[in-house]
Amino acid sequence: MNNFTYKRAESIEDALAQNNSGGNSSYLAGGTNLVDLMKYDLTRPDSLVDLNRVDGHHEIYETPEGGLLLGAFVTNADTAWHPIVEERYPLLSKAILAGASAQIRNMATNGGNLLQRTRCYYFYDANVPCNKREPGSGCSAIPGYNRIMAILGTSESCIAVFPSDMCVGLAALDATVHVEGPTGSRSIPFADFHRLPGDTPEIDNTLLPGEIITGIELPANGFSKNYSYLKLRDRNSYAFALVSVATGLELDGNVIREARIALGGVAHKPWRVREAEEFLAGKTADAASFGQAAEIILRGAVGFPHNAFKIELAKRAIVRNCMMALDPESQLPGAQPSV
Amino acid sequence: MEPYKSQIGQPVSRLEGHLKVTGTARYAGDYSVPGLLYGYVINSTITKGKIISFDTSRAKALPGVLEVFTHENRPSLAWFDLQYADMDAPPGSPFRPLQDADILYNGQPIGLVVAETFELARYAATLMDIEYEEEAFDTDLRSQQHLARSPKIGMATMLKPLPPKPKGNFEKAFNASPNQVSAEFFHGTEHHNPLELFATTTVYEGKGKLTIYDKTQGTINSQMYVANIFGLKFKNVRVISPYVGGAFGSALRPQYQLFLSVMAALKLERSVLVTLDRHQMFTFGHRPPTVQRTRFSADNNGIITALNHLAIGETSRFEDYTEVVVNWSHMLYPAANTLMQYKLVELDVYSPLDMRAPGGVTGMHAIESTIDELAHKSKIDPLQLRLTNYTEIDVSLNRPYSSKELRECYLQGAEKFGWDKRNPEPRSMRRGNKLVGYGMATGIWEANQLPAKAEAILTGDGKLKINSAVTDIGTGTLTVMTQIAADELGLPVEDVEFAYGDSKKPFAPIQGGSFTVSTVGSAVKAVGAAMRKKLFSIAKKMKGGVFDGADLKDVSFEGGRVFITNDRSRSVSFQEIIAANDNKPVKLSKFSVPSILKLKKYSRAAHSAVFVEVEVDEELGVINVTRAVTAVAAGKIINPKTARSQILGGMIWGISKALREETIQDDGLGKYMNQNLSEYHIPVHADIHELDVIFVDEKDTVVNELGTKGVGEIGIVGMPPAITNAIFNATGKRINQLPIHFDMLL
Repeated sequence: MNNFTYKRAESIEDALAQNNSGGNSSYLAGGTNLVDLMKYDLTRPDSLVDLNRVDGHHEIYETPEGGLLLGAFVTNADTAWHPIVEERYPLLSKAILAGASAQIRNMATNGGNLLQRTRCYYFYDANVPCNKREPGSGCSAIPGYNRIMAILGTSESCIAVFPSDMCVGLAALDATVHVEGPTGSRSIPFADFHRLPGDTPEIDNTLLPGEIITGIELPANGFSKNYSYLKLRDRNSYAFALVSVATGLELDGNVIREARIALGGVAHKPWRVREAEEFLAGKTADAASFGQAAEIILRGAVGFPHNAFKIELAKRAIVRNCMMALDPESQLPGAQPSV
Repeated sequence: MEPYKSQIGQPVSRLEGHLKVTGTARYAGDYSVPGLLYGYVINSTITKGKIISFDTSRAKALPGVLEVFTHENRPSLAWFDLQYADMDAPPGSPFRPLQDADILYNGQPIGLVVAETFELARYAATLMDIEYEEEAFDTDLRSQQHLARSPKIGMATMLKPLPPKPKGNFEKAFNASPNQVSAEFFHGTEHHNPLELFATTTVYEGKGKLTIYDKTQGTINSQMYVANIFGLKFKNVRVISPYVGGAFGSALRPQYQLFLSVMAALKLERSVLVTLDRHQMFTFGHRPPTVQRTRFSADNNGIITALNHLAIGETSRFEDYTEVVVNWSHMLYPAANTLMQYKLVELDVYSPLDMRAPGGVTGMHAIESTIDELAHKSKIDPLQLRLTNYTEIDVSLNRPYSSKELRECYLQGAEKFGWDKRNPEPRSMRRGNKLVGYGMATGIWEANQLPAKAEAILTGDGKLKINSAVTDIGTGTLTVMTQIAADELGLPVEDVEFAYGDSKKPFAPIQGGSFTVSTVGSAVKAVGAAMRKKLFSIAKKMKGGVFDGADLKDVSFEGGRVFITNDRSRSVSFQEIIAANDNKPVKLSKFSVPSILKLKKYSRAAHSAVFVEVEVDEELGVINVTRAVTAVAAGKIINPKTARSQILGGMIWGISKALREETIQDDGLGKYMNQNLSEYHIPVHADIHELDVIFVDEKDTVVNELGTKGVGEIGIVGMPPAITNAIFNATGKRINQLPIHFDMLL
């Protein structure tokens, strides 16, 4: 870890100004990923601008439009256990609680969760080629051990996956990300926030330089009656997803009115395929329909030598999770699917 | 007076437990002596080759950086391999940090930054400009199997015997048997990750004297290593290791932080702390990857006729690290025809290192999986097959066991588990949408004893102090030794102090191999007995003639008094005895040496029977070990509480080995890729369900004076095969590669 200056921002305006004062600066919120990256000497900011005490954005409140606004600086733990989130957006609560550990969730913030870097082994080893860490150096994961890597939306330069669970829930719920930056504020639909690697895998998302996430807005419908989050991983807690699925369903009896399905652990961003959701609209809510949707979602998936299993696993996980969404009571904690 | 209650056999809580949970116990890296400097290790980023240039100037220019040690500026050191050898060194040429420009493996320590703070040292270590000349390397055991050769023989072979000679005619007998099974197994590399990181604080005392706080499993081993390499007098090197936050074999050999901390302290004439960080835990010894092939056969009555077990293990290019992998099956199953083979492949890695039940947990997985398959093929219950082939003698060496209550382990374990409810047909048991499987396996681990010395001091307050150089690596050594000493003199535990973890104290060997209680405990018992004798001889000479006409055999020691067993009114207190000794404490020491002549007539081993239930989500592959029962016969159990913890820890590590733990190796890059606890998966609470431990009564009058066999390793040995056998019963799939990833069941 290099030497750096530390500044505490009092407000978003103050943070933007401090960040603008030149050099290579990073914002600090929960620090659960950034501090690791600094300790591993993978990120070397000259200065850190601490956002933890800025005015505002520390609350969760209902919007006039009937949705919910999650302040960027609220912790993942406080979000997951917030009564309104638990009641109206239990899918988000489940997704958050499937991630990391209690200790990390107590520190990690909602804004920071969106900005996690990949956990690709090769990204974390400064002594091997990695296009995401050092553009143009090559990808070690493609010829290497790629069990945890992506099967969808990969490129020749990167097959890393985005690690968040929370974001899989946010993708399914059609959240909107509010940001403020040097040139003003704007809102980014969740589907457009993270990006595929293409030939610039060093860029994880569409945030512009200096921009700060201030909040995440959830629309009114939280799919709180029929929802499920399923995470499949190498141990029952504190491991990143090999495949995860967030499902929200609106049902008319046993007919699907609206479906949301997002996948984690399979791509450089949470993976959602509208075509599959449109396909499900009007169909009977059963394993056969979900299986057909799964085929659509996994269309174009390409496995690598150590992760080809993810294609079949993802299809099965989609069906299982959608079945669990029919009876949310069937969800057990962690990775122990029970239906 | 209450009759004395024997402390041996009592579930005494760890005497140092309160200190540990309140953070008061200080570990090797917790001694912030005045003027302490901090070292951070620089590791090689290539796998094989040479350092061409090593420019440290950017680091050295930082204020607060005192020195950067490399192979170019290190002090001149001992020349001979022997001077680098430690008590656990395998045959070969021990690794010498900063020896020369050669790179032998990825992550090799090549430099040490010493600075005024840890953070500065760590930062400075990122400012090195190093040029390498890279050479081709091989780190892949499986692709290099054709290079397997016999291991070299050395001192280590004494505790790690080579395979027994072949018996009968394996090929003929195997081919003639109606039931044959052959299988191939692969275990990947595993790395030591005790909670406590490796650290050494070398306190520079001046005049060539050092006090070293080291994370080690042997204070005298570290002392000897340091004195030999740095040309110091033995008495000037004191190694202290009062608390060790888990070791499991990782600290049996002095690791490179010790070398570097001492080197820097001597050169700079300052005190230096070197701590390895988590990723550096992957830059020294590991459990080696191993390929195994088994061929077992049985006749139609389930009598095992032939056993062939071949193991090919990894070693480094500089030492022949060996394990006992293939010797176990014939110790358990008396086949008339056997062929056991053990070979090594040299690769560009650091020498492997003992890790809990080294070799045993590897070999027994292959053996007990193959036995399970043989039972399945022969249509015999796996437990019945083992009982059918039960032996009271070790036929591999034709010697009786000093004791063997394995049959009771099988029966009591099966009863407690409910083995009779098992349906032998794979995929026949279900719970909801899960497949349920029952599996069982046998465990075995040798019961050794080494020489050790202990000192006893009885002071004027009637309290007993015992001194030994031994460490307590978290197993409960302090507590157990206190119990043993208490019993010898009939004292309550509170009146006994066991002082340990210091090389200045009487000799104890490295703490490993499940032999510490048998080794140091025997010395404690011996010195306690000598103390009784001495106290009685003083008491006999005391005025008043309380013990006139009595012999040692006529008296008892209880509650701080000596009295005639048949007449409690005739007694003197320990305080009175010390007073009669001119108020001088009674101090004596005793060496306990195993009686080799007696021991070599017997095979000595702890045994276990393990029963496991798994649930498998068939569609998704997710596996959970929902229940496990381990029944252990390990001789006398000194402390059932700490012993149970040992077995539970072993069982959990067994779950880890079977289903979780693996070092991810990229052989194209020649390095390990998951050097952190986030990606090196050990079990979490959510992975662990019902675990049960039974200690079966086992009386052993041969193994040592205490009748103990040790419980440090036996808990892990049988778990992996019991789990894989349960998975077979649940799914009909036999996966012989560990760890089993859930997607292998899709």
